[in-house]
Amino acid sequence: MNFDFSEEQKLLRTIARDYLEDRAPLGLARSVLESQAPMSGELWEGAAEMGWLGAVIPESCGGAGFGHAELVLIAEELGRALAPIPFVTSAAVAEAILVAGTDEQRRRYLPGFAAGERIGTLALAEARGVVRPESVRTRHRGDGTLAGTKVGAPDGAAANLALVVARDDSGRLVLVLAELEEAVRTVDESIDPSRPSAGFTFDGTPAEPLGNGEEDGWRVLRRVLDRAAVVQAFEQLGTAQRAFDLTREQILDRHAFGRPIGSFQAIKHRMSDLYAALEIARSNCYFAAWALANDGPGLALAACTARVAATEACNEASVEMVQLFGGAGFTWELDCHLFYRRAQNLALALGPPGEWRDRLVDRLAVDHGLDASGRTEPAAAG
Amino acid sequence: MDFNDSPAEAGFRAEARAFLERHTELLAPGETPPGPFIGEDPEAVRRSQAWQALKFDNGWACLTWPTGFGGRGLGPMEQVIWTQEELRYRTPVNIFSIGIGMLGPTLMKHGTHGQKTRHLRKMARGDEVWCQLFSEPGAGSDVAGLTTRARRDGADWLLEGQKTWNTGAHFCKWGVIIVRTDPAAPKHKGLTCFIVDMHSPGIEIRPIRQMDGGSGFNDVFFSGVRVSDENRVGAVDDGWRVAITTLMNERAAIGARGMTGFGPADLVRLAREAHGPRGKAIEDSAVRARIADFHVRSAGLRYTTYRTLTALSRGETPGPENSIHKLVGAPLRQQMAALGVELQGQAGAAMDPGYGAQAAWLAAPGMRLAGGTDEIMRNIIAERVLGLPAEPRTDKDLPFAAMRGNRS
Repeated sequence: MNFDFSEEQKLLRTIARDYLEDRAPLGLARSVLESQAPMSGELWEGAAEMGWLGAVIPESCGGAGFGHAELVLIAEELGRALAPIPFVTSAAVAEAILVAGTDEQRRRYLPGFAAGERIGTLALAEARGVVRPESVRTRHRGDGTLAGTKVGAPDGAAANLALVVARDDSGRLVLVLAELEEAVRTVDESIDPSRPSAGFTFDGTPAEPLGNGEEDGWRVLRRVLDRAAVVQAFEQLGTAQRAFDLTREQILDRHAFGRPIGSFQAIKHRMSDLYAALEIARSNCYFAAWALANDGPGLALAACTARVAATEACNEASVEMVQLFGGAGFTWELDCHLFYRRAQNLALALGPPGEWRDRLVDRLAVDHGLDASGRTEPAAAG
Repeated sequence: MDFNDSPAEAGFRAEARAFLERHTELLAPGETPPGPFIGEDPEAVRRSQAWQALKFDNGWACLTWPTGFGGRGLGPMEQVIWTQEELRYRTPVNIFSIGIGMLGPTLMKHGTHGQKTRHLRKMARGDEVWCQLFSEPGAGSDVAGLTTRARRDGADWLLEGQKTWNTGAHFCKWGVIIVRTDPAAPKHKGLTCFIVDMHSPGIEIRPIRQMDGGSGFNDVFFSGVRVSDENRVGAVDDGWRVAITTLMNERAAIGARGMTGFGPADLVRLAREAHGPRGKAIEDSAVRARIADFHVRSAGLRYTTYRTLTALSRGETPGPENSIHKLVGAPLRQQMAALGVELQGQAGAAMDPGYGAQAAWLAAPGMRLAGGTDEIMRNIIAERVLGLPAEPRTDKDLPFAAMRGNRS
């Protein structure tokens, strides 16, 4: 039994943590939040220099050629730092090209991702609510251009390349890559301006199909989202753990009624429950990391499970953080709202928790040899 | 990361399997290992004792005990591997875990040389079964508030009082009991530990009928029960320290058994079968969300065990994450069973041996109370894992007899 990261991987995590403690204190997230900047350009360049942006990109494509275990540990540290950079979202697009792109596309796009010149986003939603096959109206026309409108693309303010789900002329769902300089971008007034989303209007925007276009686009998308969900679950885990640690310090420090407030059972018991939720999330994340690194048939269920667990832990930890910091927690000056905002931003970025719970049950049924209930969604590839 | 045994672990597992193959057979698919409880059936006790003796004679009992006491001096990882393998085979109920897991180590630490040589090998071989007598009707979470008395009578002690939530008194030869010897001392300081012969005159054992109808536990009454001073464990009035050793061994148990019984996959099956307000229950998003959350916790506990086993496999001390099992698992079982009953609608009011949801639901409250209530587990995690301040204990330094409600 060896259900743990290797010494080399842990060393990489330590290096990442040290680097981020130096370069990305919470003040960095705040500075982006209080500015009009879409991200910290300086930290993004640093992430490229550290090899993080090319963590899973092969050396032949300009990457560092680590693996997914390294990728998730970097994501966890970035989550802990509330890093105001679109690491996970952009990595999801790079990953999509890696797993579903043509050789030519890998050679053309991936070096740019590794160097930090390419920044990806996922342009999926077109209206409020969960993205479903029927809700996709954006057209990828025979002349290779896009027409349609996308909303709430995560890290959309910083991105320059979008993975877009669209319909081709025959009505088939396809995934295409669109250059965003050819689209009209509307940066959202984000709930989390340290990682602002954006909407895009495509009107004759050139876009090329991801891969050779033979595989069902929805199926590829689910696979891409499962993989991204594992990485983002680690980011959420890091954010949750940091919120929890800061809250613990606060309740030991803060006195009321002649005692540290952390001595009151009403607070101790909530912290114990939160600790349990964090450990449940951590264990599920570790398993999902293993499934991702091995690309096994259990990946879809493991990804859903890690995603739901980490979203829950991150939301709970940030909500409790504000509450247990008391009145001061509600001020702009304290950092609690950075966590509160970020947790919700991450919870929505790859689709809301309800969607992942729903998929989890489908996958649970499939993994137990049962039909997923006769609904229409094609089974995601494992 | 990988889930494979190390070569040494694999070799040990193969040895364990070879022994089990020789003497029993694999469980059939869908067959579950027996639960921890045993009723009044003397034949069942005899079968358990015969299996334990066979294990002992072949070196498969008490793996972590020192060789001098009949064990093999192995580590917790070997114990986990053995337990994993044994659970795959058809074996009798294990009625020895309280003795071997908790009371044996307590005697090794606090017992006299005579007590160790007299008792440990017979305990290990299952020739004599042991039970624990700590909880009382008035002392559960706050077990140091117990009021069963021991008074000196010449060279002996006379025991008077009532113990409860005892497992196995009716088939055990020996019990380990904590009693109050000095009511004038503060509550933790006037306790003493004894070994008591369960066949002594003055002991009356009455099964407790649980809310689910089962009887896994007993009330045990002591009326002038004579215990020789030779059977005292540790110093007079130093019994709390002995009790702590026992309780720490209880908490150190590693969950090799995992979550068994009515679970998320059963809920999926049931929800595909039963109708909800719109179509099958499995199409109801509220039902789906609950099943998803149950799976998250259930899988999370399984993988938390993997983390613990990884530490053990490396010879390291497991991290504090191991402390969440009971706090997460017990309410989880209750909630899963409750949904299982609810999904059956009006038919759910009838006991259904098919899915077993009703039986699981009726048994579930006990899991949240036994071996540390949810509330005590939250205190333990908050204080020992998170380092938050301990609860104020207003009675800690006062004479026990002076406290309101304490008569003895």
